[in-house]
Amino acid sequence: MRFLGMNRSDWLLFIGFAVVTLAGPIIFSPIGAGYPDLLQKFAIYGIFALGFNILFGLTGYLSFGHAAFLGVGSYTAVWTFKLLTMNPIPAIIFATIVGGLFSAVIGFISLRRTGIYFSILTLAFAQMCYNLAYSVLTPITNGETGLQLTQGDPRVLDVAFGRDYGAVLPSSDLFGIDMTGYPGFYFCGVMLIICFFITLRIFRSPFGMMLRAVKSNQNRMNYTGLNTRPYALTAFIISGMFAGLAGGLLAVTDPLAGAERMQWTASGEVVLMTILGGAGTLLGPVIGAGVIKYFENIFSAFNETILMQAYSALPEGLQHFMVTLSSLFVGEGWHLTLGALFMLIVIFLPGGLMEGLRRLRNLFTKSSGGQGPGNSAETAHSATPA
Amino acid sequence: MSKFKMNRRTLLKGTAAVGVGLATPTIFTSKAWSAGYMNEPKGGTVTFGFNVPQTGAYADEGADELRAYELAVEHINGGGDGGMLNTFSSKALQGNGVNGKKVEFVTGDTQTKSDAARASAKRMIEKDGAIMITGGSSSGVAIAVQGLCQDAGVIFMAGLTHSNDTTGKDKRANGFRHFFNTEMSGAALGPVLKNNFGTDRTAYHLTADYTWGWSQEGSIKKYTEQLGWKTAAAVRTPLGAGDFSQYITPVLNSGADVLVLNHYGRDMVNSLTQAVQFGLRDKQVNGKDFAIVVPLYSRLMAQGAGENVKGIFGSTNWHWSLQDEGSKAFVKSFGQKYGFPPSQAAHTCYSQAILYADACQRAGTFMPSGVGAALEDFEFDGLGNGPTLYRGADHQCFKDVLVVKGKENPSSKFDVLEVVEVTPRAQVEYPASMLGGELGPYNNG
Repeated sequence: MRFLGMNRSDWLLFIGFAVVTLAGPIIFSPIGAGYPDLLQKFAIYGIFALGFNILFGLTGYLSFGHAAFLGVGSYTAVWTFKLLTMNPIPAIIFATIVGGLFSAVIGFISLRRTGIYFSILTLAFAQMCYNLAYSVLTPITNGETGLQLTQGDPRVLDVAFGRDYGAVLPSSDLFGIDMTGYPGFYFCGVMLIICFFITLRIFRSPFGMMLRAVKSNQNRMNYTGLNTRPYALTAFIISGMFAGLAGGLLAVTDPLAGAERMQWTASGEVVLMTILGGAGTLLGPVIGAGVIKYFENIFSAFNETILMQAYSALPEGLQHFMVTLSSLFVGEGWHLTLGALFMLIVIFLPGGLMEGLRRLRNLFTKSSGGQGPGNSAETAHSATPA
Repeated sequence: MSKFKMNRRTLLKGTAAVGVGLATPTIFTSKAWSAGYMNEPKGGTVTFGFNVPQTGAYADEGADELRAYELAVEHINGGGDGGMLNTFSSKALQGNGVNGKKVEFVTGDTQTKSDAARASAKRMIEKDGAIMITGGSSSGVAIAVQGLCQDAGVIFMAGLTHSNDTTGKDKRANGFRHFFNTEMSGAALGPVLKNNFGTDRTAYHLTADYTWGWSQEGSIKKYTEQLGWKTAAAVRTPLGAGDFSQYITPVLNSGADVLVLNHYGRDMVNSLTQAVQFGLRDKQVNGKDFAIVVPLYSRLMAQGAGENVKGIFGSTNWHWSLQDEGSKAFVKSFGQKYGFPPSQAAHTCYSQAILYADACQRAGTFMPSGVGAALEDFEFDGLGNGPTLYRGADHQCFKDVLVVKGKENPSSKFDVLEVVEVTPRAQVEYPASMLGGELGPYNNG
């Protein structure tokens, strides 16, 4: 019944997740999201949010500086491309390691405080990283323009193996498979599935239980003689490594690293993703990441011409009225739509979209007598965030 | 139910089967990429991608750029009064689209962030099938998107980007710029500064701390020091600082008698307003009247700074009050459609769209290498800047540069700048090798 510490329903969830991820190009094309770049973003920000959720969802520590690790991961990956090889595997390994190192340092200091002070400390560190990358560290980060590949990069390993990219700018490739377009998505998708598996294992492990205990009452844990800080720090580092990996993948699919990846808005975005989807749930953060990236890329692209076509069946006066009304919420107004959606969810579904799904499922299962065994695992483990 | 068993072997088998099944769609999609060139238009339409900042610090400029693009598409498709198509020296465009195809467009929000700009450009290329990407209101974004378009194999027609790097250090074969750069600003401003302020001056620079700011500071330093000016200090200010008082206070004690504000957008509005409020312009230093210079001016910024711009010198790519036929035609059709005059951002974007369409028509194809060849070393006139050359060596346009001054007695809220001098093209030209960088070969996708 149990295999690798996970029971049957966990395995079903995992396999279902893997299938949906890999079938992304087919599943998401009816809603206009089945093109490689957005699918890559779904997978990458899914990893980012999964990692954030290990910290926020399990321990309750709200970090406002996770974008720093994402940015550091990107810079590391681009430097790996420049110095060593265009193969993405060393790049993501280094990105993960450096993300972990950075989070160890920042976490070691920030975790001396809890609550709002912790949040502010992480925010301060992230802003510091951002400002450094933007100006002082320009020789390393190329400042506002962003770090890019050049034809003259050394690429020691590529040269050693006789790989010549000729006169064009190289793009990252996995032993000859170009990492842009759909292959790039599958690479990120496989990473997402691996990360999901790791998260699942953490959620089901005694370590995960300890993290939940930290969230529920840290003082009580301390009074029982248990030092909680190593656990919180470990969670912080793991989530930092996830963020570093996500940053590395961003650079793999698009070899450019810019400082604005570290800006506080980017840190805020991952908080939104997690809360929107459902903090503390397994699937929630990935869904939240998908929803936000979908809004950012698809809703922002609706302009008046498209709206005119959409309402073309209506009489002229009404058509213009509807276009004027809805253009407030699409195009440059996509932030407004997202804000409204976020408010609705926080007010009516404090557990995020996952709570909505659960309520729907309960609605159907109630008539057939209670919950099935399939969903008990998910509900039992997902605490509603404060 | 307890019969469910999973061991490593079945898991591996299952995963392999799922993997093979899911790899199938990539076989079909890979065919879609093997067209003659990236996004080759097959039907009766061709799609342009307009990538402009719709949110963030440059949203005003972005909105104006989008207006200009819509107007350009209308004119290319034969709508409206034809605008600058009537005055443009090349008569290839017939008002029936490009190469017999009607032009459509998609839009994206760059948010003035490289990442967001690249994401929206990618969406337009991968999903909407855009044949060309154009727009942008920041050099960082322009360089990032230009690199992306080179990789993807579509043409990038840069919008408002003023840094030397766009067609210098970071130039790409698939990228083209109509706007001028800091080098030309410096070359044009130098003589005017000499005539107005003499050769014995000491400058103090406040510089926005990023690529464009440094580029601007370097060019102004270069040309003013040639005149014999000294540079007291060059202080970097963070982008979007809002409050510049702490940077302005030391200026008075530095012995400098000219303040150069290498700022753009809201930064320039804030720093200039504060410098004037601190009374810098009423001061006498070294027996000379204190002066302020803003190297890159735009009407939108001048409007933002209001009264404070009066008498302050700067350079600009184009201004709506120009009296040549092209400018008049453009201001007329823009004004008729939107009710106010266009900004320089709108002008450069409109011109870029027209130039691209015209090059496709002349080349008879949308293939990047063909279109590029038609644009390279293309001489044209009638787009509001006088005779202009699209230099093939670095894909940079060379044209007259306007030196402007804040108007003392504005007649309307749009009439805030007056043209002091039109610096002829020959005076701002420089060898392509001066700024470094490599174009590399065209990428057709």
